[in-house]
Amino acid sequence: MHKVVIPIGPQHPALKEPESFSVTLSGERILAFSARLGYNHRGIEKACEERTYLQDVYLTERICGICSHTHSTAFVQAVEEIAGLVIPERASYIRTIIGELERIHSHLLWLGVAGHEVGFDTLLMYTWRDREIVMDILAQVTGNRVNYGCNTIGGVRRDIDPSQTKDILKAIDTLEERTKYYIDIATKETTLIERLSGVGKLSKIDAVTLGAVGPTGRASAVDRDVRRDDPYAAYDKLKFKVVTDDHCDVYGRALVRVGELMESYKMLRQALKEMPEGPLTVKAPRKIPAGEATSRYEAPRGECFHYVKSNGTDKPERVKVRAPTLANVQTVAKMLEDGQLADLPIVIAAIDPCFSCTDRITLIKRSGSRGPAKRMSWEDLHTYSIDWYRKKGLDFTGLNEKLKKWI
Amino acid sequence: MIRPGKMIKQVLGSLFKKPATTEYPFHKKTLDVPARFRGKLKFYPEKCIGCNQCVRDCPSNAIKIRKVADKVFEADIDLGKCIYCAQCVDSCPKRALEATCEFELASIDREKLKVTFRDNTKIAPTK
Repeated sequence: MHKVVIPIGPQHPALKEPESFSVTLSGERILAFSARLGYNHRGIEKACEERTYLQDVYLTERICGICSHTHSTAFVQAVEEIAGLVIPERASYIRTIIGELERIHSHLLWLGVAGHEVGFDTLLMYTWRDREIVMDILAQVTGNRVNYGCNTIGGVRRDIDPSQTKDILKAIDTLEERTKYYIDIATKETTLIERLSGVGKLSKIDAVTLGAVGPTGRASAVDRDVRRDDPYAAYDKLKFKVVTDDHCDVYGRALVRVGELMESYKMLRQALKEMPEGPLTVKAPRKIPAGEATSRYEAPRGECFHYVKSNGTDKPERVKVRAPTLANVQTVAKMLEDGQLADLPIVIAAIDPCFSCTDRITLIKRSGSRGPAKRMSWEDLHTYSIDWYRKKGLDFTGLNEKLKKWI
Repeated sequence: MIRPGKMIKQVLGSLFKKPATTEYPFHKKTLDVPARFRGKLKFYPEKCIGCNQCVRDCPSNAIKIRKVADKVFEADIDLGKCIYCAQCVDSCPKRALEATCEFELASIDREKLKVTFRDNTKIAPTK
């Protein structure tokens, strides 16, 4: 049959964020799928180098609009490791509690989005209504629904007082009841099972080869979780089960996520009960000694990785972020192989993509007519741009002096 | 039992319930802003000692402290630049800054977002 290549995105109704995909079709069947990242590049890594460590905590928090605590914690952990700071135990418990509350809100959000992508909007309405319960709790504890501003270098900024503990426990009870209802729906509603089963198959071997992380990997029976394998914050003191599933399809991914919700409630109850009294912060130096550190964090979407290199000043020399979606986006091509075009939105949504967190680099392809690509230093690039504009008839040299004359 | 329409009971039940959403601009009283909310900043000029800690820590350069007379300071806060993290409130050694619960700050004029806090009692009246 005749092959057709269709572009999807960067702007497309099926996508929530701008990203470009190219799909090769034979009729309705997908032959090949490729993604091109780079439409959300914001230069955050470079911006981190221009700001102090304390300012970077708020900047990294704004990498993601859903897992904001993830990025700020991962960054702060790396900085604390370089500075040799040991945070108070209460602070590590509070970080864990906020992290788990964030996971609950993210997974409920995903459940709604998944429902919406398969045309089950009733599920979207109800999960998002219930998500408001956890959002209200987060607002009450940290002061904001997203971008909690809870972390600081050497601890946390906000305490959880007994009345809030009571409110959190009450909210967990309601949410647990609701999640049991959603598990009941996920396992018994035929339309959902039929629509999601066998869609976006990813075998265990493929998941390991392509480096799938988080619920995407765990739904393909890859038993990996940073919280258990490389515990951070207070996870080494909490008892929990890593939820895995062997369905290897979108249905399995939904089951893993609702299963993780149940584990999160258990963890929160234990953490709130065992949280010790004590200070919230240790004093952090403004200048961090030279060194480098990596930090891993199990975000709702999978393993989030931060690398920080310091040079003894109050600003980092290099910050590197690898968001979980970057690890998972390659798997989509495998999942869609031989699939139907109609399954594309749900298969992309099933990795719970967060493209704006992922974009760390923009590649500019040079066509063959302009000759081979060459490397340029910052100074070369500067002179190149001046020359480029001069050829167009625009001369910006000495602009400041000219402006001064006018003023 | 595996069957379609598993949510029908809940959906029909919702028909007779109040909406879960609030009619925000019309009913503002139903909005419950948490006590720890970080809204528009408030500056107390009489407490400021001009140490510039807030200026140094602000992630978005939204705050400027100006010395107008001996031990009298003014603060210019750009609400359009402010990211409402309230780090300045934490950084201030004299508690001269406070995050209020005010959040309806949208404006179509950028100049209106620039707020100056000054202590009128300490400034000598100018002609």
